[in-house]
Amino acid sequence: MHRHHSCAAASRALAPTFTIALFGSLCTLGAPALHAATLNMQNGGDPTSLDPHQLSGDWENRIAGDIFEGLLTEDIQAESIPGQAESWEISEDRTTYTFTLREGLTWSDGEPLTADDFVFALQRLMDPANAADYAYLQYPIRNAEAINAGEIEDLSQLGVRAIDERTLEIELERPTPYFLGALTHYTAYPLPRHAIEEHGDDWVKVENIVVNGAYRPVEWIPGSHVLTERNPAFHDADNVSIDGVKFFTLEDQAAAFKRYRAGEFDILTDMPKDQFAWMQENMPGEARVEPFAGLYYYVVNQTEPPFDDVRVRQAFSMAVNREVIGPQVLGTGELPAYSWVPPGMAGYGEPETVDWMDLPYPEKVAEAKALLEEAGHGPDNPLSVQLRYNTNDNHKRVAVAIASMWKPLGVEVELYNTETKVHYDELSRGVLEIARAGWLADYNDADNFLNLLKGGVDYNYGRYESEEYDRLMNEATAEPDPDKRIALLHRAEEVALDDSAAIPIYYYLSENVVSPRVTGFESNAFDIHRTRWLTLQD
Amino acid sequence: MLGYAFRRLLTTIPVLWIAITACFFVLRLAPGGPFDGERPLPAAVKANLAAYYGLDDPLLVQYGNYLAGVVRGDLGPSFTTADFSVAEQIAIGLPYTMIIGGLAFVLATLLGVLAGVLGALYRDRVADWAIATLILLGLVLPNFLVAPILQLVFGLTLDWLPVGGWGGGALSHLVLPVTVLALPHIARISRLMRGALIEIMNGPFIRTATAKGLSRAAVIRRHALKPALTPVVSYLGPAAGYLLTGSIVVETIFGLPGIGRYFINAALNRDYGMVLGTVVFYMVLIVILNLLVNLVYAWLDPRVRTSATARGQA
Amino acid sequence: MADAPYDDPDTRPLDSARSTRGRDAWRRFRRNRPAMAGLVLLVLILLAALIGPYFTPFDNETPDWSAFRAPPSLASGHWFGTDQNGRDLLARTLQGTRVSLAVAGVATLVAVVIGVVFGAVAGYIGGRLDQAMMRFVDVLYALPYILFVILLMVIFGRNVYLLFAAIGCLEWLTMARIVRGQTLSLRQREFIEAARAAGLGSAAIVRRHIVPNLVGPVVIYAALTVPEIVATESFLSYLGFGVQEPLTSLGTLIAEGTDVFEILPWLLWFPAAFLVTLLLSMLFIGDGLRDAFDMRGHG
Repeated sequence: MHRHHSCAAASRALAPTFTIALFGSLCTLGAPALHAATLNMQNGGDPTSLDPHQLSGDWENRIAGDIFEGLLTEDIQAESIPGQAESWEISEDRTTYTFTLREGLTWSDGEPLTADDFVFALQRLMDPANAADYAYLQYPIRNAEAINAGEIEDLSQLGVRAIDERTLEIELERPTPYFLGALTHYTAYPLPRHAIEEHGDDWVKVENIVVNGAYRPVEWIPGSHVLTERNPAFHDADNVSIDGVKFFTLEDQAAAFKRYRAGEFDILTDMPKDQFAWMQENMPGEARVEPFAGLYYYVVNQTEPPFDDVRVRQAFSMAVNREVIGPQVLGTGELPAYSWVPPGMAGYGEPETVDWMDLPYPEKVAEAKALLEEAGHGPDNPLSVQLRYNTNDNHKRVAVAIASMWKPLGVEVELYNTETKVHYDELSRGVLEIARAGWLADYNDADNFLNLLKGGVDYNYGRYESEEYDRLMNEATAEPDPDKRIALLHRAEEVALDDSAAIPIYYYLSENVVSPRVTGFESNAFDIHRTRWLTLQD
Repeated sequence: MLGYAFRRLLTTIPVLWIAITACFFVLRLAPGGPFDGERPLPAAVKANLAAYYGLDDPLLVQYGNYLAGVVRGDLGPSFTTADFSVAEQIAIGLPYTMIIGGLAFVLATLLGVLAGVLGALYRDRVADWAIATLILLGLVLPNFLVAPILQLVFGLTLDWLPVGGWGGGALSHLVLPVTVLALPHIARISRLMRGALIEIMNGPFIRTATAKGLSRAAVIRRHALKPALTPVVSYLGPAAGYLLTGSIVVETIFGLPGIGRYFINAALNRDYGMVLGTVVFYMVLIVILNLLVNLVYAWLDPRVRTSATARGQA
Repeated sequence: MADAPYDDPDTRPLDSARSTRGRDAWRRFRRNRPAMAGLVLLVLILLAALIGPYFTPFDNETPDWSAFRAPPSLASGHWFGTDQNGRDLLARTLQGTRVSLAVAGVATLVAVVIGVVFGAVAGYIGGRLDQAMMRFVDVLYALPYILFVILLMVIFGRNVYLLFAAIGCLEWLTMARIVRGQTLSLRQREFIEAARAAGLGSAAIVRRHIVPNLVGPVVIYAALTVPEIVATESFLSYLGFGVQEPLTSLGTLIAEGTDVFEILPWLLWFPAAFLVTLLLSMLFIGDGLRDAFDMRGHG
């Protein structure tokens, strides 16, 4: 089913739509404030869509995860617990998962939710015509990658089958330890086949949308907010305390912080770091800064000089004084990253680190200079590079600081910033010399990060190509024994670090500001806090 | 009067058409724009573009389709917000911008005229100097400086007003944005008013009126006010334009979902379709508003309607 | 005399009978105290911006790792304090002032050149061409130029020079109107008749007789336009379309300062003071020039 044509057709008949939209806007203008049990959350930007297959950002995940629920879901600690499925069995060879759905599941419009809705959704995800960016997350499913790449045209070949209305069978390509965790992700949510077949692309419109989560969307004013209210058809609706959430679209951290202080917001998902010290003094306990499974790094374009030379890459990496960035530049104390995989990934143990990690900083700089000179970029042939980052105060601070750290190497740095969408768009098209990027773990496994450096992966912005690395990664993916697999991953990480495939900078901290009125907001390494676990006191 | 309106409309439409055409071709042909073959677009966006602009048709046909679309009120797909088209987003944001802008317009005119009259009445006395200082500050302080300060003072420290948001259109939520938006125009209008009043009051026939024994206030009210309003009214035309562009900052700072905010987000995200559509929409809107102001002006000053004087020697 | 409904008394050209010589104007200007104060302040700021950087203890780029987010202090050498990247604010403010003034200067130049040429041609040739050109200006006057500027920046990337030129193209309209009015009135005067009788071609007449007489009004309007341009540039910088790092402008500094002015107030107050002083002084100078050249008639 092609999505695009009906959207285009709709836009052709727009004069009536303009008036309808205008009328609708006028009607909602004077809407009174909702009752007190609405959670007011600042959420950064507008979601791209309410369709989970079009999403890729953490701010979009907050909304999607409230209005939909997958086979498994996240509990208050972001651990995986049964969601739509009440139980499951795993075959001996660990490639076949059989899920039993809860009894009596319905969509918000009353239609029964069956295993077929999961089949439909996953097939739609893998259908190359829909160009879902994140389809690759579910590649462990048999034939998923082949279908998504267009090698297999028959969608029913996907390893997902509805045995009966309440039984779903998923076959994997090979044993995948993190698969259950990956099922909590929005790429694995079920979708209402009946609604999509009826409304086509318009099914995501607030008046048509049908969901199965704890909440359902009732209003979306782009640039202002997305409003949800409780979904009575949710299987655990009795235990859901908060009546609804208003996700405010506001990227200006300073403005959001002011409104938080005025009591207009209960939760901020983005904190102005400059105010952190002030917050600790004046609003103790409200600023929640916690370790987070994420890596902040700079990627370098290895398809062209000068960064095709490993010595240059290493020099640049060594000259970064990571220890001062967290405490001084940012003020919130992020820990320096000398590895590629952040600590805490399931079963991974201590990540590998670069050999030069423990050298005192002045020695690092000296060696960096030596390396540059060896590579032909001594003082007589200084380098001039462009450093890109997406528009954000924190990225700017880090970029300015690091540019000044490269200056003693004789490097002239031009700073270039664009909006987030544009930034990543250009990165995926290879328009960069050095660029800032960040990666937040999608599931609790180290290969989530290591995949970023694999050949042929879209997110491998620097186009790092290493036969050895790819070989190790492929062996690891095919390896059924978990210990051997981890060992292979470690070796791959070592290869990448020795090659200075990219420049890791620091491990992320999750930063939220939570009003004392809210309980149930427990810090976790994935910064996922589903509203069904929260309560709001008056 | 109708003839005058019609004539003005006739001269306006060609320029509007030229501007829209220029925008279309700049967008279409610019290097690095969305139609530049070198930049692969996301599949969904490409499909929408193809459907709306008919990318396989010859350029002139595309242009014709585009113009037809504009006339119909269809401004094309938004490149970055898949769920809402350009016209839909504008329609959603329009009431917010109109309400804030309209209130600011009224406030600016009323307070500006008042301040100007007071300044002329109490010329060179303390009240005049006080008003003049406030006026200067209003002229010179950028609105993105005034807004956060007012937010802090009235929203947080004194807690009299909400810091941001629409709040269902409650008056308290409108006070700060409208004030910030109106401030520079209050300043300019009052300067114009005061200057014009003073000049008129020094003219000969006013002196006769004063000699006849009328008080200064009465003189102003009866003889000076209407002609002094002329420069103010002529400022109101461009002022409508400035208000629309000034609302960009106000909407961003106070978190109001008006057209200005959509425009800026679209511009920063390189959503060319939205940017182009908004520019076209703004142009049409401002031209209409200016036409209205012209008509008011012509009604105030009948000399303008006569073609000889309308294009008279300087 | 209503040339167009947008005419306000301030754009009326000099009446030849009341035009005054430069020396008289200067005398009148000197007696205008706010204008003189503005002039002094402007010169001081210009000097500071141009030669200050050679005298400041720190430069505008290098972070001082021992003094991040430091308040102003005479002892540490950071007289204006430092920002969140440890850069000296005094140096940054001076750099910002330089950039803002450069933008204003170039943009004014562009506006003057385009405006003078357009207005002089329209005024001198007169007739239908003049009416057409002025109608064009009338309608353009009403269009939202800032939006076009932003549209251009979006398409062509954030180029500082494009910024200068784009802003200049915003402001030429008023200049054109004034120049055209002035040219029209000059055209009628006897010495032009005499020149024509003597056989001088139009181009030479424009060059030798009309343009020199335009200097007065042009200077005044340039002076009044500069604050608008500085304000426009800071508006664009605030939105994110102006100058980019590591360049900075007063608008950018203020925009950054407002976010943190509760905890790092010096980051806002110093640049804001510079901007406000700059704008006020230019405003006073412009007003003073206008009064000095007697543009508003007897006051």
